Amino acid sequence: MSRHLISAADLTREEAVLILDTAAELASVAGRPIRKLPTLRGRTVVNLFFEDSTRTRTSFEAAAKRLSADVINFSARGSSVAKGESLKDTALTLEAMGADAVVIRHSASGAAHRLAGWVTGSVVNAGDGTHEHPTQALLDAFTIRHRLAGAGQRGAALDGVQVTIVGDVLHSRVARSNVLLLHTLGAGVTLVAPPTLIPYAVDSWPCEISYDFDAELPKSDVVMMLRVQQERMTAAYFPTVREYRRRYGLDAGRMALLPEHAIVMHPGPMNRGVEIAADVADSPRSTIVEQVRNGVTVRMAVLYLLLGGAEEAA
Amino acid sequence: MNEWLIKGARLAGGEVADIRVADGIVVDVGRNLSAPGVQELDAAGLIALPGLVDLHTHLREPGREDAETVLTGTRAAALGGFTAVHAMANTEPVADTAGVVEQVWRLGRQAGYCDVRPVGAVTVALAGKNLAELGAMADSAARVRVFSDDGNCVADPLLMRRALEYVKAFDGVIAQHAQDPRLTEGAQLNEGEVSARLGLAGWPAAAEEAIIARDCLLAAHVGSALHICHVSTAGSVEIIRWAKSKGWQVTAEVTPHHLLLTDDLAGGYDTVYKVNPPLRTQADVDALRAGLADGTIDCVATDHAPHPVEAKETEWAAAAHGMTGLETALRVVQLAMVDTGLLDWAGVADRMSARPAAIGRVPGHGGPLRPDAPANLTLYDPAAPAEPVDPAAHASKSRNSPFTGMALPGKVYATFLRGVPTVLDGKVAR
Repeated sequence: MSRHLISAADLTREEAVLILDTAAELASVAGRPIRKLPTLRGRTVVNLFFEDSTRTRTSFEAAAKRLSADVINFSARGSSVAKGESLKDTALTLEAMGADAVVIRHSASGAAHRLAGWVTGSVVNAGDGTHEHPTQALLDAFTIRHRLAGAGQRGAALDGVQVTIVGDVLHSRVARSNVLLLHTLGAGVTLVAPPTLIPYAVDSWPCEISYDFDAELPKSDVVMMLRVQQERMTAAYFPTVREYRRRYGLDAGRMALLPEHAIVMHPGPMNRGVEIAADVADSPRSTIVEQVRNGVTVRMAVLYLLLGGAEEAA
Repeated sequence: MNEWLIKGARLAGGEVADIRVADGIVVDVGRNLSAPGVQELDAAGLIALPGLVDLHTHLREPGREDAETVLTGTRAAALGGFTAVHAMANTEPVADTAGVVEQVWRLGRQAGYCDVRPVGAVTVALAGKNLAELGAMADSAARVRVFSDDGNCVADPLLMRRALEYVKAFDGVIAQHAQDPRLTEGAQLNEGEVSARLGLAGWPAAAEEAIIARDCLLAAHVGSALHICHVSTAGSVEIIRWAKSKGWQVTAEVTPHHLLLTDDLAGGYDTVYKVNPPLRTQADVDALRAGLADGTIDCVATDHAPHPVEAKETEWAAAAHGMTGLETALRVVQLAMVDTGLLDWAGVADRMSARPAAIGRVPGHGGPLRPDAPANLTLYDPAAPAEPVDPAAHASKSRNSPFTGMALPGKVYATFLRGVPTVLDGKVAR
């Protein structure tokens, strides 16, 4: 594996499967009374969060701690020089503290990429602007494999699985990473959204585009709903929340169009009653809580392979 | 030292001739000239061009002397073969009064490397609300003829119409930074495959083209002169071609970087490639080259935009727009236009000297090298081995060259401003 995980495109199929298999291995630790492994003892992982995200930060923190790494949480509000210390100076500070890995969340696309040029440790992208969120895609892939293929599927990818991703693709780092990773793993991806929320030049992406949610549902093994951000609701991407819900929201009626085995995913946090109805979110098909749980093990696998794995290989 | 005999240069790439320069003017041009006692310059193999004129330079003074000063910027210009530059108005304070434009003009005179022609702001503080005192700037010692809110678009169509009309009284021209503000809110990179992949907010070509189309119609309606800054899209070239076919007074410039670089360079989020307007696609580059070759685009203008290191050592969205360009412009034009067979050296003289001088109403520049013309000229060696660009060696205060490490052909050998060398043997001469 490369030293950093910045884009889902950095991963080959073999590497992605290795992460999923490693996560499956580590998941068994979560079931034990003592949930700690000594693998990363003495290593330092910095959580560098420029955006508030308690969910993702605690997930990375739990992952690093279960591997016995020392964790430093470094939250910095704001992003630009105008607001205080620059990203580069922050990077140099972390470098001086001896960070072996930096997990970065930032509102600017490319921030993880820039950081990687300024530090010697590994950089893990925990979400950069509207670019990517590769560990989310990995935990989604892990969840899909686990749910659809069962526990005994070590070494398997996602060949032939049909995934429909619905919502604000334009601004979604989750969608970008998922399209790339799911394609690498052999799944078919269809994006469903109002045309205003589909990126220009999307035809170069390895996926299909549809504006007709109902037509895609019977073909889907997985439906992944994306959060509609508050600021999109008033910027003419769609007329009203009511109309959005009507055309692109997942309610019980639509869920009934899915095949029996199909699952419903959401990266969270949800807008219940907007993109997803409460009874859908709480249904047995929903993997939303499971995704959160899998997030910790998948992030353990990523840290292990970037830090511990590299050490062993050397 | 006030007299020179330049031996054996190729005049705008054509015939070989000697050029005798004395007291600021060209005294004689011809074969086998001799002038005993006069300092000779062996120009065999060099091309003699009329001194280059840049319609679009950011000298940053007053206000951002950390990025550039009139002195360092004009020194960089001289090293690039320029004898006149237009200093854009987006300084701090903005060049929107006679006082500021006269200050910039005087700083240029003191530095002595180039004629500095200040550009006046169209609107007060570049705010797009009220017209600046355009007449006062025109009547000032700086004799301003080009007005621009560059960096900002004069987006209000009525204000644009009034500005176009108003400057007719003193033969002025409005240089428009064509960028619809609503269509480019938060925009970071040309809207296309690369921006979609990088998750950077898209900057649609239509945001430029719509303003150009509108302003061409306005210029035609009021019979005024419109100049379009830094044209960057294939669609813009088509619209300008159409406007010119109608006989309207529309001129346009293209930057060296838009003639050579494309948006995929931003793939690593290297902020040196962040510029306004953004780098576009290869199809746009091809159309811009064709437009410059057939004269649809009148001239090359650098949009030299120096920034201190910290303004670029940031995440992409926080980085400043702009690239340096004065010291590489002619070499880039050789690579993109001459070596490709699209333009000959006479064409380069036209697009980098004659036409920008005419658009800017710059006296004493842009004319052919013949007796009695002011001795503003550039000697260029197109056969100099291609060397990688090293911004650390540039005279500009700033290092944000997008050509860093690229092997560009050619070398500016000498620049003469009114008969006095500002650059000799590729080095500042004074």
